[in-house]
Amino acid sequence: MDYDIIRKSLDIKAGSNMPDYEQAVADFSWRHAKSLLHGFADGKLNIAYEAVERHVKSGCGQKIALRWITKNGDVCDYTYADLSSLSSRFANVLDRLDINKGERVYTLLGRVPELYITALGALKAGCVFCPMFSAFGPEPVQARMKIGGAAVLITTKALYKRKMVSIRAELHELREVLIVDDSESEGSRDFHGLMDATSDQFETVAMDPEDMALLHFTSGTTGMPKGVVHVHEAVVAHNITGRLALDLQPEDIYWCTADPGWVTGTSYGIIAPLTNGVMLIVDEAEFDVARWYKNLSEQGVTVWYTAPTAIRMLMKSGSELPAEHNLSKLRFMASVGEPLNPEAVEWGNEIFGMPFHDNWWQTETGGIMIANYASMDVKPGSMGKPLPGITAGIVEKIDGGVREVSEPLTIGELALKPGWPSMMRAYLDEEARYQKCFVDNWYLTGDLAVRDSDGYFWFVGRDDDVIKSSGHLIGPFEVESALMEHEAVTEVGVIGIPNETAGQIVKAFVALQSGYVPNEDLRLELLGHARKRLGPAVAPKEIVFRKNLPKTRSGKIMRRLLKARELGLPEGDISTLESDEK
Amino acid sequence: MSEMEKILTEELYRIAPDIDVAEIDREAELREEFDIDSMDFLNLVMALSKKLKIEMPEADYPDMMTFTKMVEYLEQHSK
Repeated sequence: MDYDIIRKSLDIKAGSNMPDYEQAVADFSWRHAKSLLHGFADGKLNIAYEAVERHVKSGCGQKIALRWITKNGDVCDYTYADLSSLSSRFANVLDRLDINKGERVYTLLGRVPELYITALGALKAGCVFCPMFSAFGPEPVQARMKIGGAAVLITTKALYKRKMVSIRAELHELREVLIVDDSESEGSRDFHGLMDATSDQFETVAMDPEDMALLHFTSGTTGMPKGVVHVHEAVVAHNITGRLALDLQPEDIYWCTADPGWVTGTSYGIIAPLTNGVMLIVDEAEFDVARWYKNLSEQGVTVWYTAPTAIRMLMKSGSELPAEHNLSKLRFMASVGEPLNPEAVEWGNEIFGMPFHDNWWQTETGGIMIANYASMDVKPGSMGKPLPGITAGIVEKIDGGVREVSEPLTIGELALKPGWPSMMRAYLDEEARYQKCFVDNWYLTGDLAVRDSDGYFWFVGRDDDVIKSSGHLIGPFEVESALMEHEAVTEVGVIGIPNETAGQIVKAFVALQSGYVPNEDLRLELLGHARKRLGPAVAPKEIVFRKNLPKTRSGKIMRRLLKARELGLPEGDISTLESDEK
Repeated sequence: MSEMEKILTEELYRIAPDIDVAEIDREAELREEFDIDSMDFLNLVMALSKKLKIEMPEADYPDMMTFTKMVEYLEQHSK
């Protein structure tokens, strides 16, 4: 906390959606936040209506909603009216395929227009939208489709071939696969052929606020991925947090760089910008320094929401490239995914004339909970203060319950008072796991943090073994299970180790069955095995061999100890250690 | 296979051993064909740069986007 506070000018404060944070907190009510939306009779609503139809009905149909930049750099614009008619067509396609209200519509797609059309069309029709990360391998894909009971999948020819063919027979509930870049072939249908054959008129289904709308997967320390359920009412939070935390204003050109397969890509890559009526920039290509600066300047991006890994890679590439571009339109920059180091906040201030505004939230919270705001002074390295309407606290565990700690700078678990609209409503089919998150009327986040005497929150670490790599949560169990499937492997422990760029990377410690020799060929074989099953985002980047892994009496591998030794930290309590590392 | 193709194939194998170079489209995007993410790509560039003792600045990445383009780039810069 040794960095200078970055102060905000009166002009910037006055021009923002929330000029005075304290006042906004005092005046805030969720009822008022909801009144900013249209809604339907009897308290019903639909996310897609608020994102698209509402703007078309109020005469903004010709405004550009989405500007798609293809890999080749071509630009293709979609107005709000275009999104309305295309999503209606897709809703009609679902109807024609007999996919009913409440059924799960999955995507395995990169940043292509079909993703946005699918998301909005599925919601319009009352179906549940579930995006998957296209860098997942067949096993994570299969687990997520099974748990969620996918009824239909929209994907590309290449992704289908690489990730779906080997698992399709296992997915008994999957009735339809639609391919966006191919005509009808064995076992799948042509997305665009179906779209062209249906009407562009569809009456949005009025949903109960508590009806399921979105399904996002996240990883825990143990067990399989958790299907996090969000409901249509969540749009109240998506909309207001876009307005307050990202300062979205109708004339903004907004670029969210998150992959659509993660919660940020939906909450702030689709819903919040559209409900706030801004123009959304979508770049199909992967991260590339020169291309990103070009996008910022050529597209005249005003609000930019990105991630620490990307910011650190931009930092590494130096200050010459940004100096060559006109970035004068940019007025607000935010970051999410993992804590943004203070050096990066300051670097932003130096290069762009404004800091990156770090914010904090999780798949479970559905929307931004703690943030640095346009009008609020920034303490580099802090996640900021709770959104108006959100009560956050630091709690400590006592006798099966928790107690809030009031002493500033005391480390404890970051917790939130339940009740905001985008709070998860369930872990799909795992009630016990869900209930465990709530203790004494607090939602426990699993993150350790402190609050300073000015009310700013600071991230300290995770309370468990989950790994955060390039902003993505990876459950060690999922990685260990995949490696265990290899015949040479007898034991695996997977941990996250610090990495300058990605925050953490996945490292696997492997013990071999007798008869196998630890050598480079076997290491590469295991790496290939893991990549094939898990995909590049989840597979370990490092694999090392051990004769034996540290275990407890009950045979549980002590990841904590592997990690302490890897990082040269104190080993802590090792009284449960029965069989040590060799 | 040329010398440079062999070197690139070897380094790619160290990062993505599950992908057979004979089965990829050499004119298509390298990252997609080998299913490698930004981190893997950076590691690949670092390894090649070390092995061939050449500078491979980020500004040149657009010239390394496919297998064929990467081989051309390496051939031009390692002379």
